[in-house]
Amino acid sequence: MSNQRPDGITPSQTVGPYFKYGLTPNGEYEWNDAFTNNLLTPDVSGERIRVEGKVYDGDGAVIPDCMLEIWQADSQGRFSDPQDKRALPNSSFKGFGRCGTDKSGGYAFDTIKPGVVPDADGKPQAPHIVLAVFARGMLLHLYTRIYFDDEAGNVNDAVLALVPADRRATLIAKKTGGNAYAFDVHLQGDNETVFFDV
Amino acid sequence: MTLLYPLQSLAAHPARLSPDYRSTVKRSPQKPLIPMRHTLSELTGPVYGHETVRQHDNDLTIQAKGEPLGERIIVHGHVLDEDGRGVPNTLVELWQANACGRYIHVVDQHPAPLDPNFTGAGRTQSDDKGYYKFITIKPGAYPWGNHHNAWRPAHIHFSVFGHSFVSRLVTQMYFPGDPLFPFDPIFNSVTDAKARARMISSFDLDNTKPEWALCYRFDIVLRGRNATPMETK
Repeated sequence: MSNQRPDGITPSQTVGPYFKYGLTPNGEYEWNDAFTNNLLTPDVSGERIRVEGKVYDGDGAVIPDCMLEIWQADSQGRFSDPQDKRALPNSSFKGFGRCGTDKSGGYAFDTIKPGVVPDADGKPQAPHIVLAVFARGMLLHLYTRIYFDDEAGNVNDAVLALVPADRRATLIAKKTGGNAYAFDVHLQGDNETVFFDV
Repeated sequence: MTLLYPLQSLAAHPARLSPDYRSTVKRSPQKPLIPMRHTLSELTGPVYGHETVRQHDNDLTIQAKGEPLGERIIVHGHVLDEDGRGVPNTLVELWQANACGRYIHVVDQHPAPLDPNFTGAGRTQSDDKGYYKFITIKPGAYPWGNHHNAWRPAHIHFSVFGHSFVSRLVTQMYFPGDPLFPFDPIFNSVTDAKARARMISSFDLDNTKPEWALCYRFDIVLRGRNATPMETK
């Protein structure tokens, strides 16, 4: 290994149109999936939910070759990562999911409603899931957040407060009945989803 | 060790809207991205996935009954952070075209043969020093519909995680001296020449296996640097 300090990070390149057999085979190719869209483990505690929606481009057309990845805390607001010093060692909930969109641009994640995680000042954030969006035509993935429309904490959330009021709704999943929430992603256009520079 | 993820490092990346790569025009946001301070949600990340790695998943030449056609190569290197420290035990996924420049993906209709002995998917886990190694076939160049007579330089797609959700990287590894470099809008979407060079593997004669396979080295540098700066040279 070189002991030199690198002169910069490796630049991002698009996932392109052909990632499915390697990253999201989901039974359609022989390769096994490293991650799936079902984050539920048998013993997981918390409110079981489904987050589902579609991904659209600037023409309002659905994107059938998109990959979404989510990362979230468990129902007690703890991440399955040793860097979260508060983590419970006995939790089998991993908090990471990956889903390729289908022919109609649709995706779904089965997971639990995350708990409260502190913000950069140590104040509570409203429950949220972080989302990364990858696709052909995207040279660098995009980051956004999924909040929930039935959470009172949204009004005090420091990250939501950074977003102009008229765009905040693009970050808030709407309960559609049962345990399901709807969350569409618009890469561009009038309803363009708010993306964060992180 | 606490890692920081300065936004300045992102300057190496391509602009999301790079019109020479036509698909970016309708798939890049038009409104400004909103800056925010990182919270635990961004500073943590999936430190697993490698439990799905099976013993031979890093050797793409032995996944089928027979050997794939093409030039057998070794691709290896380190996953590093911005300080040059190895990123240990992180998942490295790759996918690629076969020696003829054809992907097994159903959407790929390039009239070049599929290879029944090559899927083009692999994965491994970096070791405790960040080192990884694949054995595969050198992928071919292939045409695409971006513009008249458009050809992608030979490349291997890499997907890497690193220490946090904001160190996540999907990139493409290229081969040294490819004559298609000046004509590829995806490669050239990275406007800084030094940054582009970091996507090009180097020919590694020392680790070539005589009578068996040539070797290429590709170090992958992810975001993340020590909160306490190292001594500067």
